[in-house]
Amino acid sequence: MRSEWNGFTGGNWEKFVDVRDFIQKNYTPYEGDDSFLCGPTQNTKDLWAQVMDLTKKEREAGGVLDMDTKVVSTLTSHGAGYLDKDKETIVGFQTDKPFKRGMNVYGGLRMAMKACEDNGYKVDPEVVDFFSKHRKTHNEGVFDVYDQEIRRCRTNHIVTGLPDAYGRGRIIGDYRRVALYGTDFLIEDKKAQKESFGTVYTDDVIRGKEEIAEQIKALKELTEMASFYGFDISKPATNVQEAIQWTYFGYLGAVKEQNGAAMSLGRTATFLDCYAERDLAAGKFTEEQIQEFVDHFIMKLRCVKFARTPEYNQIFAGDPVWVTESLGGMGVDGRTLVSKMSFRYLNTLNNLGTAPEPNLTVLWSTRLPEGWKKFCAKMSIKSSSIQYENDDMMRPIHGDDYGIACCVSSMVIGKEMQFFGARANLAKCLLYAINGGVDECTGVQVGPKYRPVEGDVLDYDDVMAKFDDMMEWLATVYVNALNIIHYMHDKYAYERIQMALHDRDVKRYFATGVAGLSIVADSLSAIKYAKVKPIRNEQGIVVSYETEGEFPKYGNNDDRVDEIAASIVTTFMDKIRKHHVYRNGIPTQSILTITSNVTYGKNTGDTPCGRKHGAPFAPGANPLHKRDTHGAVASLASVAKIPFKDAQDGISNTFSIIPGALGKEDQVFAGDIDIDLSK
Amino acid sequence: MIGHIHSIETCGTVDGPGMRYVVFFKGCPMRCAYCHNPDTWDPTGGEDHTADDLLAQFESMKEFYKNGGITATGGEPLMQIDFLIELFEKAKAKGIHTCLDTSGVIFHRDNPTLLAKFDHLMEVTDLIMLDIKHINPEEHLKLCKQPNDNILDFAKYIDEKGVDIWIRHVIVKDITLVDHYLDELGYFIGGLKHLKALDVLPYHNMGEIKYEKLGIDYPLKGMEPLTNQDAIYAREIILKAAKRRRQDDAAKAQQ
Repeated sequence: MRSEWNGFTGGNWEKFVDVRDFIQKNYTPYEGDDSFLCGPTQNTKDLWAQVMDLTKKEREAGGVLDMDTKVVSTLTSHGAGYLDKDKETIVGFQTDKPFKRGMNVYGGLRMAMKACEDNGYKVDPEVVDFFSKHRKTHNEGVFDVYDQEIRRCRTNHIVTGLPDAYGRGRIIGDYRRVALYGTDFLIEDKKAQKESFGTVYTDDVIRGKEEIAEQIKALKELTEMASFYGFDISKPATNVQEAIQWTYFGYLGAVKEQNGAAMSLGRTATFLDCYAERDLAAGKFTEEQIQEFVDHFIMKLRCVKFARTPEYNQIFAGDPVWVTESLGGMGVDGRTLVSKMSFRYLNTLNNLGTAPEPNLTVLWSTRLPEGWKKFCAKMSIKSSSIQYENDDMMRPIHGDDYGIACCVSSMVIGKEMQFFGARANLAKCLLYAINGGVDECTGVQVGPKYRPVEGDVLDYDDVMAKFDDMMEWLATVYVNALNIIHYMHDKYAYERIQMALHDRDVKRYFATGVAGLSIVADSLSAIKYAKVKPIRNEQGIVVSYETEGEFPKYGNNDDRVDEIAASIVTTFMDKIRKHHVYRNGIPTQSILTITSNVTYGKNTGDTPCGRKHGAPFAPGANPLHKRDTHGAVASLASVAKIPFKDAQDGISNTFSIIPGALGKEDQVFAGDIDIDLSK
Repeated sequence: MIGHIHSIETCGTVDGPGMRYVVFFKGCPMRCAYCHNPDTWDPTGGEDHTADDLLAQFESMKEFYKNGGITATGGEPLMQIDFLIELFEKAKAKGIHTCLDTSGVIFHRDNPTLLAKFDHLMEVTDLIMLDIKHINPEEHLKLCKQPNDNILDFAKYIDEKGVDIWIRHVIVKDITLVDHYLDELGYFIGGLKHLKALDVLPYHNMGEIKYEKLGIDYPLKGMEPLTNQDAIYAREIILKAAKRRRQDDAAKAQQ
């Protein structure tokens, strides 16, 4: 065994890149409580005060403190950057100083220029010249191929948020590999992969080999990047501090190279705990030191920043990076994957205070240890910053080494990725069905010129038949757009370092999505159970509706409408599945617009359910605002009827509740123990 | 049989143990000054439900209620005692935990027909949350426009029947937040052998807006919501007195 691995239990992982095998053979499940945790050190407090000060200055400066306008961000584009070198135990920034945003151009020149201009900066003319004349971007490639129909769909907002002008993101490199193996081992592995293709040079083989060549170069550049900070990551990490540092370097390389829509971290905590346990047992580090490393690591993740436009920030309601880290969950062998490190990660919410990033996501199972459940609940109450996802639902599909990209997209770390596909607006699609493909807001013939609905009252069967046809069309044009986008992204903005931290043969999910599900369900329910009269404007376009009578509304655990919602999801998924998708992708679907509901609302006219033009959509699979009148459980029960098999990329339900509605206050309520009056 | 139901809360977390399916019954003879559900007083109106349709709804969400069950509240569920019996009987048959939140005001031991119904109800009830509005008869009459002798008798009756009891008590400044009344209450409930919990409820004025909507004068206009500190103070007095009662009872038993 290599000396760096002394003290670990060996296995397949020694010979092959197999991080899961390493974890399974070496991790220590933790079933205790949070009493072992340590608070912040003075250095942590000092560094965090610096970050808070920079955050304040950034806000005062209008949202951006500094931007690079000359140097295009690559793995090695910038030298080392520090907050306070002597105090930082984990180091590395995207550029040569904290809060200075890098410039990513490969996704699209115009977006990069606009991101600068909107924030009061200007891209160096030489850069503009180079990317105009000598180097094509992803965005240019896409628009070279887009047809008129796709363009019309974009400008009329029936397909929205497409990653055709910015980085697609949603790919998680297995950053743990850098720590466990060091880059030399990974490069050798990639070299062997490159030789492992057959000798028939098909397009796929040529592309595959070229990509691996790029991956090897990226791994070398990553090694160089780490050397700026004085570290040699060509060899495996030798202790927990190095393991965190190496892992972070892997991630840092990714966020230097890509300004992706979501740049998630993966599932690192219990992997790193193997090192922590080994070092604790050997007396190499104390608990306080290890917590300090974790605090500094999380602090760095909180400082990841990209150059983006105000429009982008509006769509995503802020400036999110989606540094999602998946915590806990259960193993397929029945042991919990919760480790002390899972606790330490959540403890950063104590030590550094609450923050939206990294997006700490607990993989929830009913079988999680009680101590962990209690700590999660405690930290949720304290910070409101924890996301929960159903491990019992995802484990059967992905096993026990998957992670979440962005908010809900699950994928096996290092073995699966996704082609992010934004979403199609199903509410608008229903209106197109009613209006024969004419956009209700712009009056433009966007969809096919099918026959619009006739008469004074909407007929359910008639509308459903038309809606089915319109969904068929929408699925076609939507998949076409995504095929073009991902072809070009691979060609002009390939994620070299992230894909270097994947296996050769990656399973690619082709992630489509829909918006407006609850509007469609309620609208169809209104048409079916009440009387809906269309109101036409002078051009004969239906622009509003009059609804008489009551109808069941999605969100009340009423099968009459919940089944409509569920069947629409299945129907649209099946239509997507009919199509050829790029690179043998596996089509999936999500229902998860968490942040862009206001924008969707602005661009979608009146709907038969009674929602007015401009009123926001409900987030994700949520019922429409105030339509769920039977309490939270009924609302959740409606959402739970949506078939996961047809929405495998995630179903989200945004839910807020005042603490008092979650149970009795301990201090006031005297339960079984307090009432023991016999003593 | 049809029940007149004001509304359903599917995510009840404060009306009994665990997460509960809470059924708010229509109708209440009490007129407690601090009542925050005046919209349930009128026994007419509301939604019509059968026990079967309520339980079918419950069953469709039962995953959520593994550690909870069903709670009947209102209003005063005992005003529809026949429907309540049917609901709880069918719930028990399905193994669902049943909890009744009541003021007990309907109870009268001297009415044999009614008593038989109560006996039946007790067989299918796992927990009673008895809300004693005031321990003092005159104050109770003033506060709720009803006497409390039958209510206190109801407490003894359910204790005899061996049903688990939670006592609820709303603490209002100057009305129930009076040391000797709290002490008296504590001494009374200390005598209940099946007392399992004490749920002291600090007065809040969130019901006031409903009075405005219904066009009724709010009897406690201007009353400040009670602080948690005051609630804890009241709880301590009650528990202390309950303990004293237990000690006295133990001493008597020894003699």
